[in-house]
Amino acid sequence: MANILAVDDSSSMRQMVSFTLKGAGHNVVEAADGQEALTKAKSQQFDLVVTDVNMPVMDGITFIRHLRAEPNYKFTPMLMLTTESAADKKSEGKAAGATGWIVKPFNPDQLLNTINKVLG
Amino acid sequence: MSVDLAQFHQVFFEESFEGLDIMESGLMGLDLGDADNEEINTIFRAAHSIKGGSGTFGFKEIADFTHVLETLLDEMRDGRRQVTREAVDALLHSVDVLRMMMDSAKDDTDSDKDQIQKQLKELEGILGSGSATTGMSAPDQVASSGGATGWNIRFIPEPDMMVTGNDPLKIIRELAELGEIEVQTHTEKLPNLAELNPEDCYLGWDIRLTGDIAEDVLKDIFLWVEDECELSMQPILAAVTGSPTTTEVNNQPAMVEPVQEAVNKNAEAKKAAAGSSSIRVGIDKIDDLINMVGELVITQSMLSLLGEEFSIEKLEKLQDGLVQLERHTRELQESVMLIRMLPISFSFSRFPRLVRDLSANLGKKIELVMSGENTEIDKTLIEKIGDPLVHLVRNSIDHGIEKPEDRIKAGKPETGTIKLNAFHKGGNIVIEIVDDGKGIDPTAVLNKAIEKGLVPAGANLTNQQINDLIFQPGFSTAKEITDVSGRGVGMDVVRKNITSLGGAVEIQSTFGKGSVFTIRLPLTLAILDGQTVIVGDEIYIIPLVSIVESIQIKSEIINKVAGKGETFKLRDEYIPIVRLSSVFGIPNAKAKKLEDGLLVVVEADRKPCGLFVDDLLSQQQVVIKSLEQNYQRVDGVSGATILGDGSVALILDIPGLLRMSVRH
Repeated sequence: MANILAVDDSSSMRQMVSFTLKGAGHNVVEAADGQEALTKAKSQQFDLVVTDVNMPVMDGITFIRHLRAEPNYKFTPMLMLTTESAADKKSEGKAAGATGWIVKPFNPDQLLNTINKVLG
Repeated sequence: MSVDLAQFHQVFFEESFEGLDIMESGLMGLDLGDADNEEINTIFRAAHSIKGGSGTFGFKEIADFTHVLETLLDEMRDGRRQVTREAVDALLHSVDVLRMMMDSAKDDTDSDKDQIQKQLKELEGILGSGSATTGMSAPDQVASSGGATGWNIRFIPEPDMMVTGNDPLKIIRELAELGEIEVQTHTEKLPNLAELNPEDCYLGWDIRLTGDIAEDVLKDIFLWVEDECELSMQPILAAVTGSPTTTEVNNQPAMVEPVQEAVNKNAEAKKAAAGSSSIRVGIDKIDDLINMVGELVITQSMLSLLGEEFSIEKLEKLQDGLVQLERHTRELQESVMLIRMLPISFSFSRFPRLVRDLSANLGKKIELVMSGENTEIDKTLIEKIGDPLVHLVRNSIDHGIEKPEDRIKAGKPETGTIKLNAFHKGGNIVIEIVDDGKGIDPTAVLNKAIEKGLVPAGANLTNQQINDLIFQPGFSTAKEITDVSGRGVGMDVVRKNITSLGGAVEIQSTFGKGSVFTIRLPLTLAILDGQTVIVGDEIYIIPLVSIVESIQIKSEIINKVAGKGETFKLRDEYIPIVRLSSVFGIPNAKAKKLEDGLLVVVEADRKPCGLFVDDLLSQQQVVIKSLEQNYQRVDGVSGATILGDGSVALILDIPGLLRMSVRH
């Protein structure tokens, strides 16, 4: 069981991610934008971060860049939820410190497969 | 694990509709040619979320459509495309089409394919031939290993790979799951211990992986790290080419069943979702409510303790407790009512678009100014006031604001202004629609009214009375019936609809300067401030908003005009008297002579009238119960309520009552 931070401004996506991960026995904390996520990540340690890219206040890539700079999150897997069309976002995200990405649309099983992969 | 995605559909639809509203208002606010990047980004983000969600929750048609829309927005955001009126118009239409698609998806009905195709063509036309792609579905996985029996892989990560959260060990483990694996480690870059940075990766591997493995599967495993390592993959070719895709084919039948099951579940959940309407409530309102209930529970337990061992000395305490109970109950009621309250911006938000489209159609220049959008009003009222408001705004655009050339001739600025204001005033919500157009021509209106037989020829009316004529049934001053407003069913329907909500609409107009429509609405439809009155043994409730004053009558001001019934003179005005006892046929009314009872002066449609009752009781808030649902419609009565003692009292419908009494 892992402690997972799920970040998305869309509440339906957030609920879907959170529900799926909880169903697999993980502990999930939700945040609606990068700023909120950053605050939450600093107040407790997560084993994995799953974040949307396009968000108000603070986007997912900026969030990852900030969080990766935290000593506690140097090696923590951070996944971006992105779409196929936003190919440049992948390399931008990688450069900011993202571990990898999950391409939208995805179904719950794909999400779990990917997450199990990084949680190893 | 199988997750039923249908459970997220309702939330998805709600946020998508909100997203569409954001897109619409964002598009309306864009400055052509010189758009603010952050504004475009907001619109883009809304479209992007809709695309991601619709793809994930299985609405492929919406996802594909939004993809094209998003491409156009993306080009605008990057400055590769100018923000032209043409593009903005196309995007606005696309929002309409998306809304239609979303509605169909929500109700599980078929969407209008022709309209979608037409809109896609328009968007693609703007995007330029060739550059637009309609599909966003991922390429089908071509499962083929090209006849290889395995792969030789060289994988040498860059030193800092691990600080992106990727771990070479996990990757190798993943490979090991695919087939038989042999790994050779390169250790030549490993420094001596003193120079070793524990966070860096110094190792590299040559991996021999045997098994029938597709190249795509391998690439997927290295997908996230391909830029952070030296990577090569060579197929190990078999001596004999085998049939490559057997395993994949075998896997497929197992997939079919769960999908089918999910589809059935989706359909069921959709049915359930379509029927319910939900409301978003701020968390602070809920917190207030919980606090209030907490207080109520404390009071209740105090009272029940008091009841268990009650003696007459404790009477004062009991009374205190009851006073507290009353206060908490009232506060609780107010908090619950607040939950139904929404900002009127829900109703106002459609007007920027409406004004923009209509003014462009009519060749007029109009600026819309809105204020008080955060004024809160009952959700039901928001829904019901929408159409009358649209009618009034359309009316102002069509009949009020002049064409630019006429405005210049009249010495006005070329661009006309329509203001929508909302505010609270004395327990009511007031909505004003103000325009600086040509106003109402009293002569034209009067002539028209005479022509239509609404007013006798030669009648002497005040300007206010003339303005009021436009609310008369069948009155329309537009010489030709236009597409915009006026189809003969005009202002009278607006007034009727607003009156049926317990509100009122008035007009003030100055010829040449402009008009002001003022709508007054109660805060809520569920509760009413009422005056209880008694006639015989019956108690009636008169809505406080209709009451002007209550007076004790003196015999010298009463007039009995032959054939016209009783009237009395109040400040130089003759006002008809309606005896409630005769309207409702109450035999045992105490006050027979007018001097013995009281007159409640009420007003409806600007006509005053004196209601004759035995006595006034108290003023109180009453909860309105529908008479139609529990009994049947009764003329002159708008509903009923249950009084503190459990008896039922009827709530008077003042305009209806006055119409009845005129007929009598």
